[in-house]
Amino acid sequence: MVDKSGADGRSLIRRRAGLKLWLSGGWLATLALAAILAPWIAPQDPLAQDLFLGRLPPVWIQGAEPGFYLGTDSLGRDVLSRILYGARLALIVALVAGTVTCVIGASLGLLAGFLRGWVDVVISRAIDIWMAFPPVLFSILLIAVMGPGLQSIILAIVVIDWTRFARVVRAEAMAQGAMDYVASAQVAGRGRISTMLTEILPNVLPTIIALLTLEMGIAVIVEAILSFVNLSISTDDPTWGGMIAEGRTSIHQAWWVLIFPLITLFLTVLSFSQLGEGLKDRFDPVLR
Amino acid sequence: MQLVRAFLLRLMTTAVTLIGVAVIVFFVIRVVPGNPIAMMLPPGATEADIARLTAQYGLDKSIPAQFLIWCQGVVQGDFGTSITSNQPVLSLVLGRLPATLELSIMALVIAVVLGGIIALTGTRNRGTKLEAALDVGNGMALSVPDFLWGLVLILLFGVLWPVFHISGRVTPSLDLPFSSNFYLFESLIRLRFDLWADIVSHMFMPALALAIPLAAIIGQLLKQSLKETMHLDYVTLARTKGYGENHVITREALPNAILPTLTLVGVQFTFLIGGTVIIERLFSYEGLGNMAIDAVINRDLPLIQGIVILFAAIFTAVNLVVDLSYALLNPRLRHG
Repeated sequence: MVDKSGADGRSLIRRRAGLKLWLSGGWLATLALAAILAPWIAPQDPLAQDLFLGRLPPVWIQGAEPGFYLGTDSLGRDVLSRILYGARLALIVALVAGTVTCVIGASLGLLAGFLRGWVDVVISRAIDIWMAFPPVLFSILLIAVMGPGLQSIILAIVVIDWTRFARVVRAEAMAQGAMDYVASAQVAGRGRISTMLTEILPNVLPTIIALLTLEMGIAVIVEAILSFVNLSISTDDPTWGGMIAEGRTSIHQAWWVLIFPLITLFLTVLSFSQLGEGLKDRFDPVLR
Repeated sequence: MQLVRAFLLRLMTTAVTLIGVAVIVFFVIRVVPGNPIAMMLPPGATEADIARLTAQYGLDKSIPAQFLIWCQGVVQGDFGTSITSNQPVLSLVLGRLPATLELSIMALVIAVVLGGIIALTGTRNRGTKLEAALDVGNGMALSVPDFLWGLVLILLFGVLWPVFHISGRVTPSLDLPFSSNFYLFESLIRLRFDLWADIVSHMFMPALALAIPLAAIIGQLLKQSLKETMHLDYVTLARTKGYGENHVITREALPNAILPTLTLVGVQFTFLIGGTVIIERLFSYEGLGNMAIDAVINRDLPLIQGIVILFAAIFTAVNLVVDLSYALLNPRLRHG
């Protein structure tokens, strides 16, 4: 921990947080742009198979074909184009699943932490039960039940991960609820729900936003894991996890099929979490 | 007395949690479209065949009725019969459990050792470039999950510099004299170090993948509490007595800084066990998690049910032990 008391420590953290924000935000913006522009910038059709072009190495290695910059997989599909198209699914899942999980989880956490009483008992018990499930197994189970597809992935993430928000927001709301300013708002004659939305929510919002970016990274990973075990969307559509699964089986013949989607996934997950950390530092009133 | 009451209360919530898990899984997996019985019979099977087998597995009754029958069985130690292999779920699951336990415990040991080294090195070199570098590495290890570390390790030590095995639990051609499924443990007891080395070489990569994020958490938290302890009076006193920095850190500060980390390790250990599901798949390791994914793909309802309950039981048991040991270790709680 850097010493937070001195002015130098503060500016150091601020500078580091700034760098984190720029690097991670930059990567995610590039990726989002590439995903949107995929139909125009992808050098090949991501679904086109050509067995004569199977397992071509990346362009800088002997034996490559021009136009297949990062090589091809065993069916002759272009790795770069598939990564670009895979980014579309990954980012849609990150945005939609992350946001829905956040809204549901944070609302439940807020209600439990501020209203207390039986609401808190019910929600806390549900959190306890949820925490006893192995999350990866639970998500695979849900997809098997609901059938593969984008909606199932998003629903599975929401059903499993709402507790991440609920737990933290509940604790924060409880701490805020005990403070004087909340009591004075109550004395001033405000309703419970109104106090919750106007006094508590703004104070826990920084935490919620930091958690949201973390959750987006987690959603990307969950989608990759589900497509790795072949349960994500239809098997033809390019997904990073599907590419990794294919790369894992042909790792000794064609390392590039595994390494490029892996690097992309690695950077994306790292960026989401660093963005969350950076935002948390920026919002932290002590540091500001 | 207070402790006993708290313990009983804790035991009750644990029971409620386990029953909740059982109910949820039971109902969720029975909404599955597609008859698992029809899937396991050969294509030429008649309607009557399907109906007979469906009745044999009790799948023709209503879901609440099935749940009651299942509960009666569980009380007698009968978790049903696997649909795909036609063997008792309990023996199948217990057969795989040792593999997963050994992997999890090995990962935990690696995480504690690595995390301890990170924290002690960081504290010893406070304010230097080395500490800053450790912090950056720690941050990265923390934000990337075990699944990705597993893939990175496969590329690094399975392909680029192939020193470890990246699939399986033991080399299949080896003749195994074991009478239990605790291979790692039993090879040590039987002094078969050749087998032990082979097993470790298979387990090290998946265990390390599971350990990296936990090691980072331990490193971060332990370093933080070490730093807080280093400012306390009794540590300063030890310094003025002329003890060296290493002695002060390991002998004076560490014993007092370790308690918060210990509780955290317990909770995080359950996350690690949950991570074995996908890591076992990734490294084709024959444990519970790998079996669970196959069971889901094959729609083997009784087996899925058994495995999820077992995982939930392990999670809650670990949490129970953590809470209990915290109460016993923390003098403030003990004297209530």
